[in-house]
Amino acid sequence: MYAVQIERLTKIYGSGATEVVALADATFDVAPGELVAILGPSGSGKTTLLTTIGLVTEPTRGRVVLDGELIVDNGWPPGLDLKRVRREKLGFIFQHHNLIPFLTTVENVMIALENNGVSTKEARARSMELLESLGLSQRLDHYPSLLSGGESQRTAIARALANRPRIILADEPTAALDTENGKNVMRLLKALAVENDSAILVVTHDHRMVEGFDRIFEVSDGRIVGERRNGSDNA
Amino acid sequence: MNLALRDIRHHRSRFIQTCLGLGLLLGVVMSMSGIYRGLFTDATAILTATAADLWVVQQDTSGPFAATSRLPEDVKYRIRAVPGVAQASALSFQNIQSDRNGKPFRFFLVGYELGGLGGPPVIVAGRPIRQKHYEMVVDRAMRLPLGAKLRLADDDYTVVGHTAKMVSSAGDPVAYVTLADAQKIQFQDDDNAIRNNRARLAEQISRLPFLAPAQAGQLAPQVAAIVGSTHIVNTVVARLAPGADLAEVQARINRWNHFRPLAVQDQERILTEGMIKKAKMQLGLFRAILLVISGVIISLIIYTMTLDKLRVIATLKLIGTRNRVIVGLILEQSLLMGLIAYAVGYTLIGLTHDKFPRRVDLVPVDLVSLFVIVLVICVAASLVGIRKAMRVEPAEALGN
Ligand SMILES: Nc1ncnc2c1ncn2[C@@H]1O[C@H](COP(=O)(O)OP(=O)(O)O)[C@@H](O)[C@H]1O
Ligand SMILES: [Mg+2]
Repeated sequence: MYAVQIERLTKIYGSGATEVVALADATFDVAPGELVAILGPSGSGKTTLLTTIGLVTEPTRGRVVLDGELIVDNGWPPGLDLKRVRREKLGFIFQHHNLIPFLTTVENVMIALENNGVSTKEARARSMELLESLGLSQRLDHYPSLLSGGESQRTAIARALANRPRIILADEPTAALDTENGKNVMRLLKALAVENDSAILVVTHDHRMVEGFDRIFEVSDGRIVGERRNGSDNA
Repeated sequence: MNLALRDIRHHRSRFIQTCLGLGLLLGVVMSMSGIYRGLFTDATAILTATAADLWVVQQDTSGPFAATSRLPEDVKYRIRAVPGVAQASALSFQNIQSDRNGKPFRFFLVGYELGGLGGPPVIVAGRPIRQKHYEMVVDRAMRLPLGAKLRLADDDYTVVGHTAKMVSSAGDPVAYVTLADAQKIQFQDDDNAIRNNRARLAEQISRLPFLAPAQAGQLAPQVAAIVGSTHIVNTVVARLAPGADLAEVQARINRWNHFRPLAVQDQERILTEGMIKKAKMQLGLFRAILLVISGVIISLIIYTMTLDKLRVIATLKLIGTRNRVIVGLILEQSLLMGLIAYAVGYTLIGLTHDKFPRRVDLVPVDLVSLFVIVLVICVAASLVGIRKAMRVEPAEALGN
């Protein structure tokens, strides 16, 4: 069973003269534990691809199957609890880490667990453990404003991982970091894909960041224009 | 984990400042209600303290508070004789303005019969008046210590006791002396005028053509005595015997044709609807405006608080946080703010209302309704914020 299947996924913003085809007929599958990069210049539709998969942007057409559950079939079915699917199956990481500014590091991770009904006490214990494994044991009670870029991103990763989601979606997670920290974050994501058997989709426009990925999709003008496996060119 | 409390903890000082500011505002609203109530209590303080059923005043006047009323003291004997009247006493009222340390010093002097109605209701320090002359009970607000002497109409009066919060309908502190003293004070200044009047009367009478000089000589002092009598009072108050019919007593006094027997309710109406009506409307309007302003400010603060959090709310939605939690974040915070602000305002007014120059009456019904209004405003403002929050798309968390 695939972790992610998309079929002819299309997103058109606006209509008539202002119409923008942000994503056109994207089709691919991602297996559990697979580490996939989506590479393309700015404005090529990478974020749109990720957010339609992540149930944040409603696609105009096409299908999304997450973890075997058909979620999207030409638009969101009415009555579907998107939040439930997001909190149970998905973890998000963004360029701007999007931590909650009034929660400490450990609380930022706890909230994801509590969203899924984990008790505060257990959530705290598990979050601390997770953060410690990411090297943040000295930062547990800091507010996000006091964290470095790398620390913030690692906290966001911990939050995305807390519920052991089947699918992790990361949009330019290294863009706000220097090369060194960026590579560290990518290494971390790779290790997690293996360890948790999660499918990880990482969007980036930086070629240097994608070495060691299982598959790389190249996106241009909303279309998938190339696919490489383990560095080999299959386009 | 409670998000509302976490957010407050993070913005501790801002939250505290907001609560303090709102607290001050609510304190002003409370004091305004208190002043509004106090105006009524003050206006009717003497009326209430006298606890009479009937206020007999000069015919065709609405005295003794709202208009001048003069009637001979001995009317009290006639009133006492009316069936159904248990007790009747004469009272004299006058405003006195004198100088103290170069500053004008106003008070309201009540003359009452020892043992009769209308004396000081409660003595908070010292003792009541016991001597027929030259003793005085004053309100604390006059700042005359026990034993102090006050010179009135060429006599020294000794302060023997204090009352608390006894003021005239104009808000001036009240002083009590015996009726005889009060009459002396009231007419002392007129001594010269009385002498002149007598001389003029005697001359006019002596010139009456139908009177023999001897007759004129006998008549003049008697007429002068009636005209110049100092046995004048401003009202005679009466208490009825249990079961007596007020209307019947009033009807009987009305038949005498010289006096107006006002029931205590009439007197209350004269005081509140006549004398303080404008002031009350002014205060009432001001109180309403303040309440509206507070409402607008509270709503704005809560709404801005929510707007500040839209990005956080988008992120929370993105990571699948339930709406219940997001609603709680907004609602709990604004309710807490309302509660704390109310407590701040209440504490503030509780500590200071005694120090206001005029009475501030904190009435439970006012306090409770303000509390409810504050809660309603908080909830209503939250609902507007919540509506906004519910419309936020999780995608907004991604905007750079
Ligand atoms: N909410 C939106 N409304 C209209 N156009 C949009 C919106 N979001 C993205 N677009 C357009 O869709 C295209 C793809 O955008 P995006 O997916 O953000 O690209 P990338 O992430 O690769 O930079 C761009 O032309 C962008 O202007
Ligand atoms: Mg993008």
